[in-house]
Amino acid sequence: MRRLAIAAATGFVVLLAAPSAPVQAQSAVTVYCSVLDEWCNVMRNEFERASGLRVLLTTKSTGETLAQLRAEAANPRADVWWGGGGDQHLQAAELGLTEEYRSPTLPKLHDWARRQAEQSGHRTVGIYAGTLGIVWNTEQLQKRNLAAPKCWADLVKPEYRNEIQMSSAATSGTSYTFLATLAQIMGEDQAFDYLKRLHRNVNQYPRSGAAPMRNTSAGETTIAITWMFAIVPEVLQGFPVATTAPCEGTGYEIGSMSMIRGARNPENAKRWYEYALSPEGQATGVRGKSFQIPSHVDAPLPPNTPRLSDVKLIDYDFARYGSNEVRTRLIKRWETEVAALPR
Amino acid sequence: MKRTAALWLGLGWVGFAVLPWYLVEGGSLSLDLLSGWPRGAAGGGLFLGLLEGRWWLLPLALPLLAALIGLRLPTDDRRISDILVWAGIAGLAWFVFQGFAIGLRGWGGNWLVALFGAPGPKQEGMGYGAFLTALSFLMLLTHGLAARGFCRGDAFTVSSIGLIIALITAFVFFPIWEILVSAFKDNDGRFALNEFAAKFFDNSIWGLDCTYSSLRCGVAWNTLFLAILVGVGTTALGLAFALIATRTAFRFKGLLRILTVLPIITPPFVIGLAVILLFGRSGAVSAILYEWFDIPRSRWIYGLPGIFLAQMLAFTPIAFLVMIGVVQGISPSLEEASQTLRAKSWTTFSTISLPLMRPGIANGFLLGFIESMADFGNPLVLGGNFDVLSTKIFFAVVGASHDQGRAAVLAIILLAFTLGAFYAQHRWLGNRSYTTVTGKGDSGLPLPLPRRVAILCYGTAIPWAVLTIVIYVTILIGGFVKTMGRDYTPTLQHYLTGFAIERASWGIHFSGSAWNSFFTTIQISAIAAPLTAIIGLLTAYLLARQRFAGQRAFEFGTMLSFAIPGTVVGVSYILAYNVPPIEITGTGLILIICFVFRNMPVGVRSGIATMSQIDKSLDEASLTLGARTFTTVWRVILPLLRPAIVAALVYSFVRAMTAVSAIIFLVSAEYNMATAYIVGRVEAGEFGLAIAYSSVLIAVMLVAILMIQISVGERRLGRRSTSDVALQGAG
Repeated sequence: MRRLAIAAATGFVVLLAAPSAPVQAQSAVTVYCSVLDEWCNVMRNEFERASGLRVLLTTKSTGETLAQLRAEAANPRADVWWGGGGDQHLQAAELGLTEEYRSPTLPKLHDWARRQAEQSGHRTVGIYAGTLGIVWNTEQLQKRNLAAPKCWADLVKPEYRNEIQMSSAATSGTSYTFLATLAQIMGEDQAFDYLKRLHRNVNQYPRSGAAPMRNTSAGETTIAITWMFAIVPEVLQGFPVATTAPCEGTGYEIGSMSMIRGARNPENAKRWYEYALSPEGQATGVRGKSFQIPSHVDAPLPPNTPRLSDVKLIDYDFARYGSNEVRTRLIKRWETEVAALPR
Repeated sequence: MKRTAALWLGLGWVGFAVLPWYLVEGGSLSLDLLSGWPRGAAGGGLFLGLLEGRWWLLPLALPLLAALIGLRLPTDDRRISDILVWAGIAGLAWFVFQGFAIGLRGWGGNWLVALFGAPGPKQEGMGYGAFLTALSFLMLLTHGLAARGFCRGDAFTVSSIGLIIALITAFVFFPIWEILVSAFKDNDGRFALNEFAAKFFDNSIWGLDCTYSSLRCGVAWNTLFLAILVGVGTTALGLAFALIATRTAFRFKGLLRILTVLPIITPPFVIGLAVILLFGRSGAVSAILYEWFDIPRSRWIYGLPGIFLAQMLAFTPIAFLVMIGVVQGISPSLEEASQTLRAKSWTTFSTISLPLMRPGIANGFLLGFIESMADFGNPLVLGGNFDVLSTKIFFAVVGASHDQGRAAVLAIILLAFTLGAFYAQHRWLGNRSYTTVTGKGDSGLPLPLPRRVAILCYGTAIPWAVLTIVIYVTILIGGFVKTMGRDYTPTLQHYLTGFAIERASWGIHFSGSAWNSFFTTIQISAIAAPLTAIIGLLTAYLLARQRFAGQRAFEFGTMLSFAIPGTVVGVSYILAYNVPPIEITGTGLILIICFVFRNMPVGVRSGIATMSQIDKSLDEASLTLGARTFTTVWRVILPLLRPAIVAALVYSFVRAMTAVSAIIFLVSAEYNMATAYIVGRVEAGEFGLAIAYSSVLIAVMLVAILMIQISVGERRLGRRSTSDVALQGAG
């Protein structure tokens, strides 16, 4: 019996030595990063070099980060949430998870980035933009003697049967943007008619927003609906993929950044925030294999990325389609009226 | 008894008065923190209560004092046990109450605010001092109970039961309670029973449309169907492997052993990826089939067939690990007796051997079934349009329409299925005896398999083995070529990105991007594995060898964490442990605790399966000869449990290194895990680096398993093998 006590005491000492508490030094900033891991790392290194602060960085997808912020609301761990779909940042603002902050850099940002800030009551700000488009695998298309699609309307043609992939709107912000875009181009009811016809051509609705691009590169599907900038790293890796902006016009997402409410290092968070809005900070994207369009007017545009001016953009109503109520209704409708249909 | 109780009481006083009561920010105790002792952040509970206005800590001194007085009574005084029991209960009760009543931002409950007004006193998360004090109260309670004659007055047994109940309450029930309550709440946190009903009876969960139309069936049926298929499949294959490994003269047993181990040490996404690279529309096998046999390429792999294939590859080894201990343990004497009575080998096998394997078969099925239900990685990669509960839950939490209530409802269904399987297994095993390892001399030879069984075993196991080899060759090659499936130029680039080592002027610099998560993973896993094995086997011992009230409920509690899918565990851990009293998010500790309580059921199951074969008379002999329970466990049962120890250690180490869904919410910048890093690579489409990193992890785990095998050693039963016979024959 005494041995149990000794064993317990030993266990206790082991626990003392175990990695037990987080670093919360004064000279650190905790960042939740929702862009590509490469970009997160490049950004961290550059910021550490420029500021002398230590960055504690966690890379997670936008949905995961939002779930984590909700769970941690009573005792927040992060200081800044950098990157990820603007839609979720607006949700976080609506839920009161993020803090109001007016950056002095705001006047130097593109309109769309400023609009994002105004919409949220300055609880978030746009740091990059990406446009929605159609991507395809050129080899697979050739093998099947198919023409490249040019418009959203082309995608419902019978020859593309089983060749198209989009992520599930129930799980992925990318496809929610697609739903909202269609609703704005066609009107909601017509949009759902279109989606039902598209459903016949869709081979799979993967749950992750990144999957359709990956599957297109791998040839597992021929065509996909996803972000246009996503093909740039794939092309650089040598995959035969191409993209187009649909002729009817297309929607876009505004990658955003927010300060966390109740942050432990608010001053350091502001320094990250300002750095991330500066042209130098935004120029890190290319080195991190991320080819979105930066929000600072002086930031260099990444090569090969379709310019916003080359793409016919719709006047995306972020206030309406970013609200919880519309989102829940559209997604529910898509799940019951479209995704549940037989093929 | 009194001396150990006094020892625990002393530890309690140390925890209460000396050690820092609260969690110290920054982790280790620095000198300037200690200089303020006993006041300040690192102060003990007693001094904080007296000097710093933390008055709510002072009542804890009363039970400690009472126990001190109690233990000074003469040894034969019957009041000692009463005092110990009540001191323990009172101490624990106040401890828990103040922990929850006073939170980080004031009162912890609305009724306290109503009673005393906001905001109330505040306190941080509990530290070492608080932990040790609580442990001491628990031990005083259990020693008191033992003195009153609980469990035949055995203090070791009562203490172990008490400790495990406390741990399971704190780290399994409490977080699960936190999340299940949210099933009954709407998104604003109000109780809404009708919303629960609407979510629960949703057609997307229970719909049976697929039986009569081309619509899809509900996700609950999908999951159940898949889990039963996988449970049956893995059990059958696992049994085939176990029989080949123990009862035949198969030449490549070593290879077989490695093959059965490989899949469990593979990070979950990788098998799915390899399956796609082979059988996907652009996969290698599909290409061969197309070019040679003109079989059109298709996407058949996405959905049920793909998940089934990947899960069979992944979970058969677990069934095998459970089964081999059982098959080895079957006493040849019974089989020899059957043969002596002129039974044919098939009759012997089907009436003696097979029924004796029932604990193994039942446990193997249970594990396969539960594993399939909780699996997240394979359905994510290969699911296509085939939904299962675990992915549904994940995306209910992180998806575009965040709905924690729905996640909780789905989790309840998943839990119900698992517990149903658990119950069915209990019923099937019944109260029969499966004891075959006794203290008596037992020197028979295990019988060779009947012909048709052997053919069946080879027929199922060998194709499976070939498939596994092909999968692993794919994985191995994948790390060394530029882009799997397109560009097979050999390259070391992936390994260099992840694991580059540079020589800087001040020494070796680990500049690869994977090193950080790699070291953390090894450290966390190496700490978690032995803890898991100890707790799991201790629990198994209590369940199999002791009888106490509420044993069934106790067993149920130990299985619970295994049944809950990782995502739910992850979210519930954040909900439960992000705020005081137990504030451990963002630490390595939360990962360790998560692994220990998630993986201990395997230790428990394999421990029970093995222990049910060991005759109780062995324990009794030891006890009769005057050994105490601890000694009996240590010297008699543990050596016979070696297969179970290996299973528990290997499994928990491996699972800690390969878990994904549970830890995705628990990793932090400081403590990032390898799998979280790999998932990031997969999401970014960098299969090369993901596969390279996975190969490194596989190699590390193989080494670790070999080390575990060697250090724990084989169980030596008094049985001859054919080589012994041959020697004797020659001699």
